[in-house]
Parts: sequence; C-alpha cells; structure tokens
Amino acid sequence: MNLRMFIPEQASTYAVKVDPLFYALTAFTIVFVVGLTFLLIYLGLKYIQKPGSGRRSVHVENMALELTWSAIPAVIALGIFVWGAVLYYDYRNIPANTLDINVIGKQWMWKIQHPNGLREVNELTVPKGQPVKLTMTSQDVLHSFYIPAFRVKQDVLPARYTTMWFEATKVGTFPLFCAEYCGTEHSTMGGLVHVVEPAEYQQWLAGGPSLTPVQAGEALFASMGCATCHAAGDASRGPHLEGKFGAEETLRDGTVLTVDEEYVRESIMNPTAKVVKGYTPLMPNFTSQLNDEDVSNLVAYIKSLSAVN
Amino acid sequence: MANATTTDHIDIPERDYAAPAVHYLNWQYTASSWLLTLDHKRIAILYLITISIFFMVGGLFATIFRMELLTPEGDLLNADTYNKMFTLHGVVMIFFFLIPSIPAVLGNFLLPLMIGAKDVAFPRLNLFSWYILIIGGTMAVTLTVTGGLDTGWTFYSPLSTHFANTNVFLAALTVFVTGFSSILTGLNFLVTIHKMRAPGLTWFRLPLFIWAIYATSIIQILGTPVVAITILLAGIERVWGVGIFDPYLGGDPVLFQHMFWFYSHPAVYIMILPGMGAISEIIACFSRNRVFGYEFIAFSSVAIAIIGFLVWGHHMYVSGQSMYAGYVFSILTMIVAVPSAIKIFNWTATLYKGNVVWATPMLYAIGFIGLFAIGGATGLFLGILGLDVPLHDTYFVVAHFHYVMVGGMVMAYLAGLHFWWPKMTGKMYPQLPAQVCAVVIFVGFNLTFFPQFLAGWMGMPRRYHSYHPDFQIWNVLSTAGAGVLGVGFTVPVFYFLWSLFYGKTAGSNPWGARGLEWEQCTSPPDPHNFHHTPVVDHIAYPYTGEETLSV
Repeated sequence: MNLRMFIPEQASTYAVKVDPLFYALTAFTIVFVVGLTFLLIYLGLKYIQKPGSGRRSVHVENMALELTWSAIPAVIALGIFVWGAVLYYDYRNIPANTLDINVIGKQWMWKIQHPNGLREVNELTVPKGQPVKLTMTSQDVLHSFYIPAFRVKQDVLPARYTTMWFEATKVGTFPLFCAEYCGTEHSTMGGLVHVVEPAEYQQWLAGGPSLTPVQAGEALFASMGCATCHAAGDASRGPHLEGKFGAEETLRDGTVLTVDEEYVRESIMNPTAKVVKGYTPLMPNFTSQLNDEDVSNLVAYIKSLSAVN
Repeated sequence: MANATTTDHIDIPERDYAAPAVHYLNWQYTASSWLLTLDHKRIAILYLITISIFFMVGGLFATIFRMELLTPEGDLLNADTYNKMFTLHGVVMIFFFLIPSIPAVLGNFLLPLMIGAKDVAFPRLNLFSWYILIIGGTMAVTLTVTGGLDTGWTFYSPLSTHFANTNVFLAALTVFVTGFSSILTGLNFLVTIHKMRAPGLTWFRLPLFIWAIYATSIIQILGTPVVAITILLAGIERVWGVGIFDPYLGGDPVLFQHMFWFYSHPAVYIMILPGMGAISEIIACFSRNRVFGYEFIAFSSVAIAIIGFLVWGHHMYVSGQSMYAGYVFSILTMIVAVPSAIKIFNWTATLYKGNVVWATPMLYAIGFIGLFAIGGATGLFLGILGLDVPLHDTYFVVAHFHYVMVGGMVMAYLAGLHFWWPKMTGKMYPQLPAQVCAVVIFVGFNLTFFPQFLAGWMGMPRRYHSYHPDFQIWNVLSTAGAGVLGVGFTVPVFYFLWSLFYGKTAGSNPWGARGLEWEQCTSPPDPHNFHHTPVVDHIAYPYTGEETLSV
C-alpha cells in the first residue's frame, strides 16, 4: 500500500484550495465517530445490568446539556457552510483573461474546440498556469465534465451553455470522466487531459487548422444573412452587435441582463424569448438550420465584435 | 438545571409466560382470512413477506453488478445489462423495500398496539394500500422481464423521456401506482394517531416510535404526490411528445431535477425517520431507562420532516442551478443536520446511569448509531458547496447514502424485527446465532461500503460499468464485503423461520420492556389487540432498571 491509493493527484489551483476542507472534515468525522463509539461502549459496559445488584436506573434531564449539544453542531455546520461557500464562489466566478475552449458532449464522446479552431476528441490539451474557461453544451442528454485531479465538475446540458473554469498547476496527463449517467456507454465517455507548458501549448496550437471559430462564425454570419438586420452601425430593425457582449441590455419587459454566451445562444435559437427593448420580435428561429458547433462559432464571432483591442 | 428522577412509584406488571390459546395468527386459517383481512397485524405480516421478497430481489441485482465490478473491464455483463441492474436495484430497494419497510411492516403492526387501539382508523384502506403495493410490484416484475429499465432510478430527462430504449412509461406508471400505497398508509396513520389514542395517552406520553411515524406520514402525504406527478409528466412527454422537460420540445431538464428531488430528498427521511423511532424504543428498553431528552427527540423528528422539504437543491449544485440557490440549499442542509445530531447525543446519553443489556436488538441499535453517525457526517461533505463539486456523482455519494439507508435504515429495521419478532409470532429466535449474525452484518456492511468513500474521493464516478484500473482495489474490497453482507442478510431468514416451529415460547414480555404492546397484549396479540381499552396514566418508558430478560 502506498500513499497514492488514498491521496488523489492534486493538479489545479482549486484542488489546492478544496483539499484542506476535505481533510479537515475527515479528521472531524474520525474524531466524532471514534469518540461516539468509545462513549457508547464505555457507557454500555459501565452501566451494564447486573441482575440482583438492586441498582436502579436514574433518569437524568439536563437542559443545559441539550442546548449545548444542539448549539455546537449548529455552529460547526454553519462554519463549514461558510468555508464551502467561499470556495464555491471562487469556483463559480470565472476570472478575466481566461483561455476559452468550447466543449460539446454527445453520447458518448467529448468534442473539444480551441480558440484557433483546433479540435480534439476525448482529449483536452491545456497550458499550465493559465485559467481555462470551458463553455459547454450537449447534443443529446445530460453529461457532466469531470476532471478528478482538478476537483472540478459541471453538468453539461442540451440547448444551453454551462461554464466551468480551472487553472492547472502540474504538467502531466490526467483522466477525464463523464459523471452524469448518460446511457449505455456512460462509463467509456471519458478521456485524458494533457497539461503542457504554455510555450508547448502555443506550438501545439500553431499546428492547427486555418479557420478559427471567430472566422467560421463570421462566414456563417454572412451566409445566413444575419447582416440584413444586424449590420454594423445599423440598429433600425435589430440591434447592432458591436460592443454588446459583456455589456448590459434592457429587455422589453424592463429586465436588465448582461449579454453572455448563454444569452447570445438563446437569442439565435429562440429569438423571441428575450427581445431587446425598442424592438419587435421579428427574428426567425434558427434551430433547424444551425448545429451546436455553428452556434458556438457564431457566439465566438459576436463576442469578437466586443473585444477590446 | 439538571434533575434526576427515579421511577419507583410505578410497578413492573405481571408477565404472562405462556402463549394465548387464541391469537391473531391462529383464529382463522383460510387463505381468504389472510388475503381479505382487515386486521392491521395480519396486513403487517403480508407486508413483511412482500418486502422481504423484494429485498432479496434487489439484493440479487446488487450481487450481480458487484461481481461485474470485481474487474475494471466490463467483462461479465454487457453495458446495457449492467445499467439495468443498478437501475432495478435502486427502483426495487427504494420503492418496494425502504419506503414500505418500517412504516408498513412495523408501523402497521405496532401503531394500534402502542396507542391502545383495536386497529388503524381505516382498516379497508389499509388492506387496499397493500394491494396497491402488490399491483405496483407486479408491474415492476413485468418491467423486469420485459426488458428492464436503464434510466437510473432518478429518471433524469431527456435520457428517460427521449433517448432510453427501455419501457420507461411502464416504469413511470409503476412508481406512480406504488406511490399511492405510501400516501394512503401515511393518511391512515396520521388519522389513527390523532383520533384513536387510548384515554390518557397524551402527545407527550406517546412512544417516540409514534412521533417518528407521525413525522413520516406527513412527508408521505405531502411529498409523494409530487414525485407521482413528475414521473407521470415524464411518461407523458415520452409517449406523446408533450414538451415539459426535454429542451428540444421547449422543456427544461433542470425543472425535472427540481421536481424529482422535491420528493426524493424528503423520501430519504421517509426511509430513515421510522428507523430512528424504532431505535428510540430499543435503546430505552435495553438501557432500562427513560429516553434522555424525550421532547428533543420527538420535536427533532418533526423538524426533520419540515426542514427536509427545503433542502432538495443540494442534489443540484453542479446541475446548472444558480449559485445563489446553491447557497440557500446549502445552509438549509446544514440546519437539517442538527436535529439528527441531537438524536444521536440523546440516544447515547440514555445509557448513562441505566442498566444496559446487550441483547440482539441492542447490538443492532448500537451499530445503527455508529453507522448513522458516519452516514450523517459524510452528508456534511456533500452538503457544503465547494466540496460537493468534486464529490458529486462519485462513489463517495454511493457510500454516503448506503451508510444512511443500509447502515441506518436496514440496521434499524433488523433491530426492530429482532425486537418485536417475539411479539409478532409469540416465538423467540436463538440468541447466540442472532448476535453473531448482527456482528457479521456490521463487518460485512463496513467492508462493502467504506472502500467506496475512498473510490469516490479518488475520483471514481458512480454508475460505471467499466472503470479506471486505479480504482480496482476498492472495488475488490467492496465486492468481498458484499459477499459477507449477503451471508449476514440470509442467515436471519433461517433462524426466524426455525423459531416459528422450534423456537421457545416468548411470553408476553420477554425483554422486560415497557409500553402497551408489551404490558397489555399477549404474544402473539389477540385478534382484537386488547380485551379492555387501556387507560394510560404515566409517561413513556417508565423503566426502573430492575426489568429482567426471560429469553
């Protein structure tokens, strides 16, 4: 038996933060359970019934004790809630300047696309020491993207984007699993995450295809006729799209939202759901004409229109 | 604050060491006297036989997939068969064993006896509830032999509503129908507890088992309809293409999870609360002491039933649910842990200055406290947001809920069965084999499920047919443990059956226990329970320490 059997590889900044919580809770559980077991056995033997001894049971009530053992678990529970909540805040709030990678899950494989258009299947190559953001969707059922060594996991849903981020801290190869049961070959829907030095990642990317998602999106934007209503500078029929990504937009019902990947996706696939204030719901639905990859490319293009140079 | 009392003003009643000539088991012998019986005790026996069969079936599925998991490759079963095995294991164990186990078997048998009533409030409804379970069970068997089910017991959409190739609609109907058995039993018990308590049996004189059954009934009535509707909607979506959960039809798969867990988390308390009630009875009896903090244990059951309805989203921290929803569900989850902790401390303190007897039911009860403590503490790991992210949907979760459901509920059920068996049958089982068996189950259980905590922490996802070779050691240990556990669960069947024919006559009160079912009823009880309506003029558990065993 070696230590590797009990201590999983720790290869991301989140792993470094979450592991102390796990080990602290484990220590707490051991102390609690061992203490309780000892107490049960001790009391059970000390007060064992000896027939004929004439010792009568004494029923004790103690309000102070009741309140103490109600309050202490409550305080401990709230304490670990705060610890877990702080970590979760970190986990859910994606830092700026991430490397953005698209992920599409389908029965039973993971399709990955890098910013320059380079694709991988069931393999994810990322640079060490840089925050990576995954924007993920599914083509069929629910999946869940899970990298144990990074301690990160996020369900992947059809017709919707979910996001997750991590920063790898160790060069190496780590398993990738699907954690949400997704049908027959669920257990084989996995792969490998390769963490490489940033320079090596750039070199690896350079060997990729010529069309980036932004370029592919631009081509689609032209071929699908999006510019008819969304041409640069023209906001008469539909809102123009420059500078919109990441900015706030007011809807017809007065709601204010921040334009993100999910909103752009929804606006293409279900355009009448959230119409911008001042416009009528004219736009047709593109569900049947675009696949998930096309939409990802369009989102990348629309995002690029707001990029700060 | 502390005050100590002895209960020397209450005498230990006379015991009856012989079996009565006429009792509920022998006063009629025909098949119709059983199948059309309105006697809560006979209905309890019908449930006992039914759920024991389902427990064996569910256990058989588990045995098969544990053998598959001996090796990392998927070599014994194909992937589809494996998926059906764990799905059916979950469906059968949850809907046909855990949910009806203590409420329908021990609850049915004991509730009227404990409150001094002749039967439950609605005896016909009670029999009907059993028939519903039988109809549901027949549907489950039909489902199994006509291709099974491979959606997982959780039925997540759109896998269940669009992609699965098995008979999901029949499965949905099965769950829908079976749910009514649970709803009607809960309703029946609730009315019985309110309206049929013996004179003098005020709320705070009730045995804690009754408080636990009361809290359980509330959840059964309020929660079960929601899962029935949810599963039926999923079935409708699947068959008629009505878009509710499937995003391609305009639905929302996360909505399914909200609705599903709105019942299925409280359902966990349907499974564990009655077990806690049985444990309170047993700890008191074999400590020969009034339960420490009676009111705290009673109200903690009610608190669990209420707060338990507000924590469902802790199954969904990585589902795409909003971060702020996660905060609310996490803090409520931490709060619901407190009443369980209170129970554990009060049970332990009941031993203090008592007269402890290490009889078979007590061994199970003490085992329950230890295993439930582990199950509860590991629930904290999963209830806090940041740590659930890596642990969610791994074997850590599987280990956690088996510590609660098997280490907790099944141990409590076995404790209860060993405690009330002499009351139910009038016969005593042999003590030594039963005590050895309790230890075997305890060891086998830990060997099966403890390694799964480690597999989960190392990153093994649940519901995996084949797995990464690094996880093999934990799976081998787990399968070995399952073998031990299988033996442990089989042996009681033999000594219980043996006791029916060759066991010593138990007498009315072999444990020297307090409570109407022991002090005012014969073993087995009279067909009408009591010859005179009992009058209660004292608190529950007036143990003195001088009660003796006669086993």
